[in-house]
Amino acid sequence: MLLPLAAVVSKAFGGGADAFWHAVSDRQALAALRLTLILSLVVTAVNAVMGTLIAWVLVRDEFRGKSFVNSLIDLPFALPTIVAGLTLLALYGPRGPAPFNIAYTRIGVATALLFVTLPFVVRAVQPVLLTLDRESEEAAESLGASPWVTFRRVILPSLMPAILSGGALAFARALGEFGSIVLIAGNLPFRTELASVFIYGSIQSDDTQAAAAVSVVLLLLALVVRGLIAALDRWGRRHEG
Amino acid sequence: MTGIVVSDVSKSFGDFVAVDDISLTVPDGSLTALLGPSGSGKSTLLRMIAGLEEPGAGQIVIGGADVTRTPARKREIGFVFQHYAAFKHMTVRDNVAFGLEIRRADRAKIRSRVDELLRLVHLEAYAKRYPSQLSGGQRQRMALARALAVEPRVLLLDEPFGALDATVRRDLRAWLRRLHDEVSVTTILVTHDQEEAMEVAGQIVVMNGGRIEQVGSPRELYEAPANDFVAGFVGPVTELAGSKLRPHDVDIRIDPVDGAMEAQVRRVTHLGFEVRVELEAGDGRRLWAQLTREEAEQLELMDGQIVYVRASRRMPVALA
Ligand SMILES: Nc1ncnc2c1ncn2[C@@H]1O[C@H](COP(=O)(O)OP(=O)(O)O)[C@@H](O)[C@H]1O
Ligand SMILES: [Mg+2]
Repeated sequence: MLLPLAAVVSKAFGGGADAFWHAVSDRQALAALRLTLILSLVVTAVNAVMGTLIAWVLVRDEFRGKSFVNSLIDLPFALPTIVAGLTLLALYGPRGPAPFNIAYTRIGVATALLFVTLPFVVRAVQPVLLTLDRESEEAAESLGASPWVTFRRVILPSLMPAILSGGALAFARALGEFGSIVLIAGNLPFRTELASVFIYGSIQSDDTQAAAAVSVVLLLLALVVRGLIAALDRWGRRHEG
Repeated sequence: MTGIVVSDVSKSFGDFVAVDDISLTVPDGSLTALLGPSGSGKSTLLRMIAGLEEPGAGQIVIGGADVTRTPARKREIGFVFQHYAAFKHMTVRDNVAFGLEIRRADRAKIRSRVDELLRLVHLEAYAKRYPSQLSGGQRQRMALARALAVEPRVLLLDEPFGALDATVRRDLRAWLRRLHDEVSVTTILVTHDQEEAMEVAGQIVVMNGGRIEQVGSPRELYEAPANDFVAGFVGPVTELAGSKLRPHDVDIRIDPVDGAMEAQVRRVTHLGFEVRVELEAGDGRRLWAQLTREEAEQLELMDGQIVYVRASRRMPVALA
């Protein structure tokens, strides 16, 4: 595990800190990193809300085909990501049946990222929702709380650790996602190029220094997110027992 | 005036009738117990009064107003659950303050009211703790304070001591009785424990199979049960010469007396303050008697001994 990581790090700093710094502050590299970070944050935020909503409907509502919908949630995990990318391109691309074309746009890239990271929050929130103490919701109701106040003051605080840790996983996944976005992004530097695609492109053009440098930045971000998830986990359990 | 009047209320879950056409009056300021075996519909009835369950039929009136279609949050009730239903991520203080805070009461007022309640339930020292750091008894006292904070018109308790140890349960029972004398809010207590109902409540409603068997004071139920079920549920019953009586009303004599039946002592069991005597009567039927230690010492009963038994007091109603 550590060996290849060490190789990447040594490659990145092979030319000294200056070379690393130079590679990272390259305009195209910076743009890719910035876009990756922003899209990942946006996608995480959207999926935190959507995922919670979907988990809620799957746990609290009864409807026909519920177990089918439930099994559909894992599709992004089950599907090879390149297939997911191809599917999106076929659907929303220039020759697709959809009335709009989002191929080679940031919206398209975001859509792909939304799709592949959807299951994280849903699957994190669902089990917590299942074990929630329904009587504490009834207690809130009997004390005069409206459904919204009960959700915000009683339910949401219990779900928050799960939403955040599911969101952190989704964020980490979005940072490094390649397969599903490489086709729909269309590799337009400064417009739709994400860090992972940038790395791929640099390798293709033999600029290993740039590829390794950007990889190290992604690696650092991933490590920070890991730490965050661990902290969230401890925090979520602080009132257990 | 915050009495509760339940009229012809029914509730089914699918085909199963959990509450079957119940009518009931809970007097203003009373402490009424709903007593019955598990599954008899007590919680369902209580939850309908609270507005947490919608009746299939009938009407519920609280304090003169028809609340049948009023949501729980507008009924001004306090509800206490068997498993505390604490807000786990809030401190004891915040739990108790919840009802006042969502009403956007004045901050200073909330503070003083919560302090007052924490004193009332003896949790002043625990205000900053989380529910997970409290014992079961403390959690339930917190839940009671939380329910009382909003000055509910009625207090509804669903087996509030059911999850607690026997000793804690006994303490809290006595404490609830005193609390009710102090606060005197109309209270309904659901329990399957006849001793708890008898000790705490002024009025007991005995339920069975979704229906009411009898309503009365603890003494009325014990001394004049309406039927076999109530007789057996509120205390021990034995049978002598075809009639039912309480085991402590079996009069045992060494010498024959008028109206007494011959019987043989089968077994004598000493249970501290009471002594149980199992007997086989002349007609071959088994019965048992409950004696005080003094009575047992005077009689000096031995296994196999022939004695004479009669009823010193029968239950007034002829039981089926
Ligand atoms: N939500 C529900 N769905 C289906 N059956 C229920 C529900 N609530 C209660 N019951 C049934 O109704 C009956 C009465 O329940 P309950 O009122 O809880 O009884 P008690 O409190 O006296 O033990 C039980 O047989 C129980 O299984
Ligand atoms: Mg019950």
